[in-house]
Amino acid sequence: MRSATINTDAFYDQLEELGERLYVEAQIDIPPDVRAAINAAMERETSQVAKGIVNTMLRAMAISDKKHTLVCQDTGFPIFFVTIGRGFLIDGARLIDALTRGIERATAEHPLRSSIVSPITRENRQTSTGDGIPVVHIEFSNEIDYIDLLMIPKGSGSENMSFLKMLSPSDGISGVKKFVMEMTVGAGGKPCPPTIVGVGIGGTSDLCTLLAKKASIRPLGERNPDPQIAALELELLEAINATGIGPMGLGGDTTALDVHIEAAWTHITCNPVAINFQCWRGERRRAKVYADGHYEFGY
Amino acid sequence: MRAGDSVYFTGTIWGIRDATYIRIFDGKVPPPVDLHGAVFLHVAPNVRKLPNGKYEPMTVGTTTSMRMDRFTEPSLRECGIRGIIGKGGLSDASSAALTSLGAVYLAIVGGAASVETEQVEAIENVYFEDLMPECLWEFRVRDFGPLTVAMDAHGASIYRDVANVAQERLASIYAKLGIK
Repeated sequence: MRSATINTDAFYDQLEELGERLYVEAQIDIPPDVRAAINAAMERETSQVAKGIVNTMLRAMAISDKKHTLVCQDTGFPIFFVTIGRGFLIDGARLIDALTRGIERATAEHPLRSSIVSPITRENRQTSTGDGIPVVHIEFSNEIDYIDLLMIPKGSGSENMSFLKMLSPSDGISGVKKFVMEMTVGAGGKPCPPTIVGVGIGGTSDLCTLLAKKASIRPLGERNPDPQIAALELELLEAINATGIGPMGLGGDTTALDVHIEAAWTHITCNPVAINFQCWRGERRRAKVYADGHYEFGY
Repeated sequence: MRAGDSVYFTGTIWGIRDATYIRIFDGKVPPPVDLHGAVFLHVAPNVRKLPNGKYEPMTVGTTTSMRMDRFTEPSLRECGIRGIIGKGGLSDASSAALTSLGAVYLAIVGGAASVETEQVEAIENVYFEDLMPECLWEFRVRDFGPLTVAMDAHGASIYRDVANVAQERLASIYAKLGIK
C-alpha cells in the first residue's frame, strides 16, 4: 500500500484498506500487554481447572500466531475510535464510508463470519455492517499531529454484560463500588473472564456508557491520571479478584486482568455509573496516519 | 463424569445456536435428524463454501450458553441429548434437568477458537442452511477439548459453587471496600 496525501481519493482508498486490515489483524494478533497479563495469570493460578483454562488461552494465541487464524470465532461488533489530530482537513462522511467498506471487504474476502443483524427481523446481510454499524466514534485532539485509528472487534459475550445505573448522589462512591461488585459477580463466567473491567463514572447516561467502553480498551497497567481514581481502580481490581470467580467463571484467582475508570463531570442530581467488560483476548489494533499519508501499525 | 473432571471428545458433535433452537422448540419444527444420545455444541462457525457444496470450517468457537438456557430441559426430554458443550454455564434449573434426565454440561474455554478449529476434522452435513450461520451443523471431531465437566448428572455445578463462594466472600470484601 503506497502512502497517500490527506483528503485525496487515494487517501480514502487507503483508509478503506486500513479498515479492512485492522479488522482482520485485530482478531489474530493479541496485544502484548494482554499476552503478558495472561502469562501472569498462569503463574498466579493454583487449581488444576484454572491452570488448564489459562493454558488453553495461551495455546489459542500460539496457534493464531503460527497459522494467522482468528483467536476467537466471534467477529464481534466492528468499532472504530478515530481521533483526528490538529490541522487535518478531512471529509468525515467519506472517512466513515471508507471504514465501512473496509469492514465489508474484510468480511467478503477473508472471509469473516458476519455477526451483524437487524434488531427487528434478525436479517443478516452477511456484510458485518448495517444501520449504525460499524460504530465510528470521531473525536479531535490538539495533542497529536496524526489521525489515530483504533479498531476494536468487540466480542458480544462481554458486550452483553454491559450495565448502567443512575445512582443517587447520596449513594456516593460507595454506591459505585457496590454496583461494580454486584454486576461483576452476577456476570460470573459469561463475559469470558479474566476480563478488563471498564467503569464509567459521571456524564449523561450515554456519555457514562461510552466512558465505560473507553475504559475497557485502555492498555493494561495504565492508570487513570487522577490519583484518587487510580486508587479506586486498584481497590476494585483487588476486590474483584478476591471473589474467586476465576478464568471462565470456573474458580480461580484471576477474574479481572485490570480495572479502568474513566470519569466526566455530571449533574448536581446525578451519579451515573456504567460497566463494560472487555473479554480476555483484549483485542485492539491501531493505525496512526500522518499528514503525508504514511502510517504505522500498533496496538 | 463428575464436576471438575477434564475430558476430550472424539466423534460427532452437533453445532447448534439460538436460531435453530428457536425453530425446533418454539417453531415446533422437528429436528431433521435423530438426535438421541447426541452431544450439542453451542456454536455458529465461520465457514467457507467449497465447490462441491460442502462447508470447510475456518473458525469454530463456542458461544455463551446462558442465552439458550431455557432449551436445556426440552432438548434433553424431547430430543434425548446427553451432553452440552458450551461457555459460561447454565442455570440451576438446567442443572436440575441434567440431573433428572442424565446429561452433562461440559465447559469449553471461550475465545480459544483457534484451538477448537484444529480439533474439528470435517463438517459432515449442515441443516437449516437458511439460518446461516446459526444452522444445525454436524461436526466430526478428534480429541476435542480440554473440556471441564462443569455441571454433572449428579446435581453438581461448579458455577453454583463459585457463585456461593463469591457471595460468602462478599461480606469481607465489602468491609475492605468500606461499603455495606
